[in-house]
Amino acid sequence: MVKLSGGQQATIAIPDFRGSGEAQAWMPLINLTLFEGVQAGGLFKMAPKSFFPLTVPQQPQDWKAPVGGRSMGPWLTDWSGATVKANYMAIGYTAVQNGQLVLFGWLFDVTQADVANAQMFGKVYLGSIDEAGATKIAREFAADILARFGAKSLIGSSIYFVSNRSGSKEIWSMDFDGANQKQLTRFNSICITPALSLDNSKLAFTSFLKGSPGITVMTADAKRRLSFSNPESSVVTAPEFSPDGKLMLLSTKIGGGFSNVFSANVDGSNLKRITTARAVETEPKINPKNSSEVLFVSGRSGQGQVYRMNMDGANIERLTDGTGQAANPSWHPGGQIMAMSWNRGFEPGNFNIFMMEAAKRELTQLTHGAGRNVNPVWGPDGLHIAFCSTRSGSTQIWTMLADGTQLKQLTTTGRNEMPVWTH
Amino acid sequence: MSRKQMSVALLALSLSIFSVGCKKPAPVAVKTPSAPTPEAPPPPAKLAPAIRSFAVEPTSIIAGQSANLVWGVDNADSVSISGGIGSVPSTGTRSVSPASTITYRLSATGPGGTTERSVTLSVSAPPPPPRETPRATAAKSLTEMVTSMLADVYFDYDKSDVREDGRSQLNKNAEALRQIFAAHPSGIVTVEGHCDERGSAEYNLGLGDRRSSSVKEYLVNLGLSGDRLKVISYGNEKPVCSVASEDCYQKNRHAHFSAN
Repeated sequence: MVKLSGGQQATIAIPDFRGSGEAQAWMPLINLTLFEGVQAGGLFKMAPKSFFPLTVPQQPQDWKAPVGGRSMGPWLTDWSGATVKANYMAIGYTAVQNGQLVLFGWLFDVTQADVANAQMFGKVYLGSIDEAGATKIAREFAADILARFGAKSLIGSSIYFVSNRSGSKEIWSMDFDGANQKQLTRFNSICITPALSLDNSKLAFTSFLKGSPGITVMTADAKRRLSFSNPESSVVTAPEFSPDGKLMLLSTKIGGGFSNVFSANVDGSNLKRITTARAVETEPKINPKNSSEVLFVSGRSGQGQVYRMNMDGANIERLTDGTGQAANPSWHPGGQIMAMSWNRGFEPGNFNIFMMEAAKRELTQLTHGAGRNVNPVWGPDGLHIAFCSTRSGSTQIWTMLADGTQLKQLTTTGRNEMPVWTH
Repeated sequence: MSRKQMSVALLALSLSIFSVGCKKPAPVAVKTPSAPTPEAPPPPAKLAPAIRSFAVEPTSIIAGQSANLVWGVDNADSVSISGGIGSVPSTGTRSVSPASTITYRLSATGPGGTTERSVTLSVSAPPPPPRETPRATAAKSLTEMVTSMLADVYFDYDKSDVREDGRSQLNKNAEALRQIFAAHPSGIVTVEGHCDERGSAEYNLGLGDRRSSSVKEYLVNLGLSGDRLKVISYGNEKPVCSVASEDCYQKNRHAHFSAN
């Protein structure tokens, strides 16, 4: 079993906050966003709200230490004790001040003996008095909580994906939680296999703008096309930026035969062959922490399998065992673990998401036969995976924790696939 | 013989000469039963054959049509017409259908000699087909020809080699492609490679390219120009059906021909 975070999970209690006056209307959204934002971090067990004491502190001065064993008001042990068993607790409230929505938030380690030691931080968050502002302040507080425990937050990250909801397959983007879905490209072509540079400034994808599949490169907001000269070939696809942003790997067919892996400069110049096989080879993925290591998919032993090699094409090794079809390798941001889709044990087409510790080849299956599950990509927190699944009856983007829990469907309209998470 | 008698006899003779050949006996203008038998009248002059008519109707035809020769001859023992017709009765009609302009010569031979007459039947070549006809063929667009004349070929799962059934289809398609390229000398035909949805979409782009390339290679081996055949892979991006069944998967594992 591949573990991403060791040890036992701590429990956090997040009671519903209240808002004064005009702010009250936004509290359901703020409370939900905060709770889900912290939960999504995958670091904590969320204490069930039904066990919470009746009196909930809203600010540090509400804590009242018991006197002579007699309760004077809310106290730390009410939350760390036998019923809630929390290790940590977030408190706060909102108000409208100077035309802005203000969230006052604090985090406490409720296992401490006194308030001064218990308080980990307190911070003020400002947002506009609308849905966007309410979402923003709740997410920021959640991100700060997670950051205290070393988690790189998903907050602020977005997911690029392919959607046909406009009538043709275009590149879209959305926030990490599915909010703010927007269409980026308008080519009325077929735009697939998106990739982002590690600095999130460039977007590359496969399009059919010139008839046969070719690579298009744009600024990440898709407002401007960047120069990329495709080689003379009937198929140019699967773009992948190198971590330093200077090179691109791709799959193309030069001089007949099969599509193999090539490298080029990011403008398409200086094309160089990396692999030579009489088999389809595609989906090159460069280790973000070690740019000399590349994962790719090859049909050289039959159906597609996941292989690794050096950047120069040397030391090719098969990572999957040759059964079924494996595809869509994706590096964890730490460069030690990969995710992929594989139909091992299932009929052709019924892919599941697997995780593999690259050095030890230790394998963990994250989905188990609920439809077709493909295109796993890691979130920047290293804990979440976005993927594409048919489990709801149509092809949609989902996220989950890398242990297979906390499944969340992010898209519903049209067919949505091939997610890529900003780095 | 008195002068009066003589003139009457001459008149009778001339009348009788005049009446030769008439269907009805010419009325005898003067009957003189008492006319003395002329002594040794000179033998009647031998009469040359007379061609009463020789015509062709109509006088011009288009090759392939026929015309009628019509003739009538008197005082002839034999009548013949040139142009491969030969001997004919003295009166008749004959249908002819020459391939080119021809002059028929009728020769009537009798005791009085031979008389000839000619008619010419002019034959024009068939007119070129109306302009609309060749246009109608050309107006059959490349797209229409490709759509109606070229059938798909099918592949096994995860395979790109042309199967036996595909080879026989491609042999037919090669013949159709020759006609298409003859009608559209600058036309380009695209071979699209398609895959069923089960494999990964990324891998299928490469597999679809192999399928269309295999088809092109097979056609080039049959003598077609590779420059006129373009390959394109759609992977599994353009399925013809989307049902989870082998029947549908097979339909989607195909190479399809389209006009560019």
